[in-house]
Amino acid sequence: MSNTDSSDSFVDVRPLPGTEGYVDTEPTPPAAFLEVRDLRVHFPTDDGVVKSADGLSFQLERGQTLGIVGESGSGKSVTSLAVMGLHKHSQAKISGEIWLDGEELVKATDERVRSLRGKKMAMIFQDPLSAMHPYYSVGAQIIEAYRIHNKVTKAVARKHAIEMLDRVGIPQPASRVDDYPHQFSGGMRQRAMIAMALSCDPELLIADEPTTALDVTVQAQILDLIRDLQQEFNSAVIIITHDLGVVAELADDIMVMYAGRTAEYGPAGEIFSAPQHPYAWGLLGSMPRLDRERTDRLLPIKGTPPSLINVPTGCAFHPRCAYPKLNGTRCYDEVPQLREVDGKHTVACHLSAEDRYRVWDTEIRPNL
Amino acid sequence: MITFIIRRLISAVLMLIVVSMATFAVFFLVPRLAGQTTEQLAAQYVGRNPTPEVLHAAIVKFGLDKPVYLQYWEFLKTIVAGENYDTGTSLAHCPPPCFGYSFHNQQPVWPQMLAALPVTASLAIGAAVLWLVAGIGIGVLSALRRGSWFDRAAMSAALAGVSLPVFFTALLSLALFRDTIPLFPDAGTYTPLTENPAKWFESLVLPWVTLAFLYAALYARLTRAGMLETMNEDFIRTARAKGLRERRVVVKHGLRATLTPIVTIFGLDIGLLIGGAVLTETAFSLPGLGRFAIGAIGDQDLPEILGVTMLAGFFVVFANLIVDILYAVIDPRVRY
Amino acid sequence: MKRKHTVAFIAVCAGLSLAAACGSGSGGSSGSTSGSSASFNAGMTSVVNASNHKGGVMKLALTNTGDSTDPGNTYYAFNWDFSRLYARPLLTYAPQPGAAGLKLVPDLATSLGQVTDNGLTWTYHIRSGLKFEDGSPITTKDVKYAIERSTAYAPDVLPNGPTYFKQYLADPSYQGAYKDKTPDKMGLTSVDTPNDTTIVFHLSQPFSEFDYLATLPQTAPVPPDKDTGANYQTHPISSGPYMFKSFNPNTGFTLVRNPNWNAASDPTVKQLADEIDVAYNVSAADVDSRQFTGQLSMDLDGRGVATAGRARILGNPKLKAQSDNPTTGFLAYFALDKQVAPLDNVNCRKAILDGADHTSLQTAMGGPIGGGDIATTMLPPNDTGYVKSDVYGFLQNPHGNVTKAKQDLAACGKPNGFTMNVSVRSDRPAEVSAGQALQASLSKVGIKLQIDQFPSGQYYTNFAGAPAYLKSHNIGIAITGWGADWPSGFGFLSQVVDGRSIKPAGNTNIQMTNDPQINAMLDAAAKNSDANARTKIYTQIDQKIMANAEILPIVYEKALLYRNPNVTNVFVDQAYGQFNYAVMGLAN
Repeated sequence: MSNTDSSDSFVDVRPLPGTEGYVDTEPTPPAAFLEVRDLRVHFPTDDGVVKSADGLSFQLERGQTLGIVGESGSGKSVTSLAVMGLHKHSQAKISGEIWLDGEELVKATDERVRSLRGKKMAMIFQDPLSAMHPYYSVGAQIIEAYRIHNKVTKAVARKHAIEMLDRVGIPQPASRVDDYPHQFSGGMRQRAMIAMALSCDPELLIADEPTTALDVTVQAQILDLIRDLQQEFNSAVIIITHDLGVVAELADDIMVMYAGRTAEYGPAGEIFSAPQHPYAWGLLGSMPRLDRERTDRLLPIKGTPPSLINVPTGCAFHPRCAYPKLNGTRCYDEVPQLREVDGKHTVACHLSAEDRYRVWDTEIRPNL
Repeated sequence: MITFIIRRLISAVLMLIVVSMATFAVFFLVPRLAGQTTEQLAAQYVGRNPTPEVLHAAIVKFGLDKPVYLQYWEFLKTIVAGENYDTGTSLAHCPPPCFGYSFHNQQPVWPQMLAALPVTASLAIGAAVLWLVAGIGIGVLSALRRGSWFDRAAMSAALAGVSLPVFFTALLSLALFRDTIPLFPDAGTYTPLTENPAKWFESLVLPWVTLAFLYAALYARLTRAGMLETMNEDFIRTARAKGLRERRVVVKHGLRATLTPIVTIFGLDIGLLIGGAVLTETAFSLPGLGRFAIGAIGDQDLPEILGVTMLAGFFVVFANLIVDILYAVIDPRVRY
Repeated sequence: MKRKHTVAFIAVCAGLSLAAACGSGSGGSSGSTSGSSASFNAGMTSVVNASNHKGGVMKLALTNTGDSTDPGNTYYAFNWDFSRLYARPLLTYAPQPGAAGLKLVPDLATSLGQVTDNGLTWTYHIRSGLKFEDGSPITTKDVKYAIERSTAYAPDVLPNGPTYFKQYLADPSYQGAYKDKTPDKMGLTSVDTPNDTTIVFHLSQPFSEFDYLATLPQTAPVPPDKDTGANYQTHPISSGPYMFKSFNPNTGFTLVRNPNWNAASDPTVKQLADEIDVAYNVSAADVDSRQFTGQLSMDLDGRGVATAGRARILGNPKLKAQSDNPTTGFLAYFALDKQVAPLDNVNCRKAILDGADHTSLQTAMGGPIGGGDIATTMLPPNDTGYVKSDVYGFLQNPHGNVTKAKQDLAACGKPNGFTMNVSVRSDRPAEVSAGQALQASLSKVGIKLQIDQFPSGQYYTNFAGAPAYLKSHNIGIAITGWGADWPSGFGFLSQVVDGRSIKPAGNTNIQMTNDPQINAMLDAAAKNSDANARTKIYTQIDQKIMANAEILPIVYEKALLYRNPNVTNVFVDQAYGQFNYAVMGLAN
């Protein structure tokens, strides 16, 4: 957590669980490895409050992958940064609960969250060229990440760094370890970034648009690498993307976000086979697929993502939705709550189940 | 790297030759193009009301009757190869680098500049340490506490520091800390370090602070702006995501990137200062290169003006060279 | 005298200084150790802090480096004054305040020069038993050698000093000591040294004021075997009470007592302080601050305090009681170039003199204290031949006489005035202000002036001192200043009104005075051995110049000098227009 001005002033005086004086006013820790409950991340600005995440809840188990999907500005990155504790207290108002392996993080001290960062949870970023420090060698940056959480000598850490580079598939890691980020190709840099994130065997790995800056063939390699490493370490992975294709084969669960809220959340198979939210239909339509002709493969969602300051009334998606008139004025006035579709599968849409299935079967699927 | 340095050295030497040509042109060629006769040129180098004999002596002595390219050649040759000079009673040898003899005190220019150099170096280096520490420290704190009272106060002070002329702060500090409260009774005189380190220090405290005040203000603003930009970079977020403590994020990742452009500016500032901190040296009566230059201009002492211009040019070129090499060392992205 | 012209006093406190100047004479009660003698201008008429107390370190400072410490190579007034401490000339001025200080007295010599051969031969005897600092005896050969090596004959090595000896002695083709192939380098045939204590000068023309030349530092003895030419300045071999201990061309030098100097042989100087330190290149503002706080014994420059220092002195009765305001011997004036029409007509020149606002010109030059008194003659009060006179009534009409000026213009045939350029030095704010003041006052009578500014470095070589330039650029009025090299009318006038001294470049006779009568009068004065008769001639020349309206005098320049209360034997040496540095000491 960025604590330059808050770590000194903000001291969490509450006793920790298990110590004397601890009053269990909090809900019981969940059974899931990661559980986020009603997470809200609000940024007060001069123009109004930006509600980048507004009441999100999701769970993730070890060895499982969650895909968070949405357009830019939908709040997915803000959500992941909130899990990592990387928002500045001075800028972001965070509420809700984030439980990681039985420990609540929103109310934990900055120092506690910091000690988890890099070790228990790690993150890889979209553009590895800007995300790696240009003045330090790749090896030095991995060594630094390793030595924060492991009391080892530089030589040991260096050996570990070379091993990590080897593991993410960088050829001749012993010599590349001293290269600088600008001397790596884009794909190699992302592999190095992954090596750095995985250097302390994190149990939760958040990958924020890990392949966006890469070309298509490299994208596939990186995704394969993440999957392989996940199986090897049995870690929980969150993949954040605007591209459903990225998570199609990787994710166990998918959460579709729109304007800071969950539009649809459920097992990946159901989301792909029977998506319920018009926005998810749009995402599917704009997903490039190899089995289609180039000419008609993209069906972009009309309109632009909404401003997070002036979120449209009612369902935030209604200005771009093709079906709000099926519900009278409801879509314009009433914020839709998440409703169960089938077991874990939920959706926030005012359309009736019949309408949703009818539209999906008759209008959407045949055109995909 | 070696070829890079050699390449930069060659271009530095070329720069110096250009500087020497420009200097020569300004003092020898331009007046001639403006229509001055040889006698009028010579008249600048002798006392008022000169006799024709005095004028002729000056013309011969400075070779003003020769073609311009020969004069320039002599000028260069003298610097590189030295020159023999008739003191009247004997032939004095002026070893290279020879910038000739002062018109007004008949002393070789180079030893005079060499004597002035440690004064300017003392002033520049001491002030540089002060302004780097203060400027960068304040800049970093201001950036990290952007909008706080500290930031506002520091940036207001910085604005004052940039706006107040050195001669004003110099006279004010002398009036306050020497004449009113005699904290530094010997300010305004200079004692060489080799003679008495304590007095040297005492004589330089006020000049250091005065000069550093100006630059600290500049550097604080630069550092603050650079730091604000750097702390928004992706790699800072990465550093935090690794679990680094904030102090380490700021110093090792933020400051490291912020300081790179500042090193460039610092190198050039130091190069310019060694060429003569004119106002500070004048205000505090420090016998450094800046004061030397002022005296040379006041006396219209051409060899001294040429010498100090060349030396100042050398330091700027040299500082550029150092900055280029340093940049290649500190920024791995620079190709050489 | 080629003192650096007093620079740039901006008339910040003209009103203030007027009021303060009126209080002169009272000076306020002083609580300082100097007692009753410390009052404003006390040093003009009396020796302040008279004392023979010995010891202490005299700390002097210069804002620059001066021209040279070599007595053969200097033209700065303070050096002529100060160098007497280590280089004794044949004659000097009586060390007394007031007009008594203009009297010539023997220094190295035993008496003033003995004239024979119709004024063509001048003989001096020097005191016997005199020694240089190294104990070797001083002979007249050393004096002869000093002249041979001076700027007069060896300007290629020592370019800064005056060249009067070459001008007046009978052997003008002599090439100087450094090119002298004769044994012992005694080749100057116009100077004889029949024995070790006698020196005889043979002149090419009678020159009745030759004794003044014998006061030049160029007559101070230089031992030939110790001469190092251009480097002699770093350690001139002392014949006076102090000798060089160290020298740095940029930071200054230190003098210590000369053990081989005999006080009995040298009544015109004193050996009081143990040591004299001269610091070069001290900022002007700091020189004044340190004078006032006592850290400096004195400003050696002798041109007075700077603007800020003047304001402090005039605003503080205690400081004011410690200061003197002498005339420096300098006249600031506008030369009216007769070759530029319509200034070839005397009435048009008179229109300028009558129309000028003398008070505003004085204010521009720095007011009555920092600038000087309104001048009404060409000769300043310091020089022989000065007689108070005000034919145009400057003092009756200090703001100008517009009516009279318009009459002059009508008489000139230019009733509607004329247009003309006036030249000033761009880097001297006082001169620029004076140009503007003249412009403003003359516009009231119809004379339209445009101000042309030139850099001071080339002012005489290329602009104001180049008659062809003035004529071709319609510059009929040029600001300039002059001070005599010795305090006689001849010393002043011979360089600025002698028609035969007009030069195409470096000209100082800017108004182009070329009157056969004046030339003849100057020649007559040079031949006349009667000092009173000479003085009358100088007065007549002055009156002729003024009657012919060839110059517009601005001010007799004054300097505001500060006396450190700890310095003893302080008085204004009228011959130099500044304190006498040769007799000072320290009270403690």
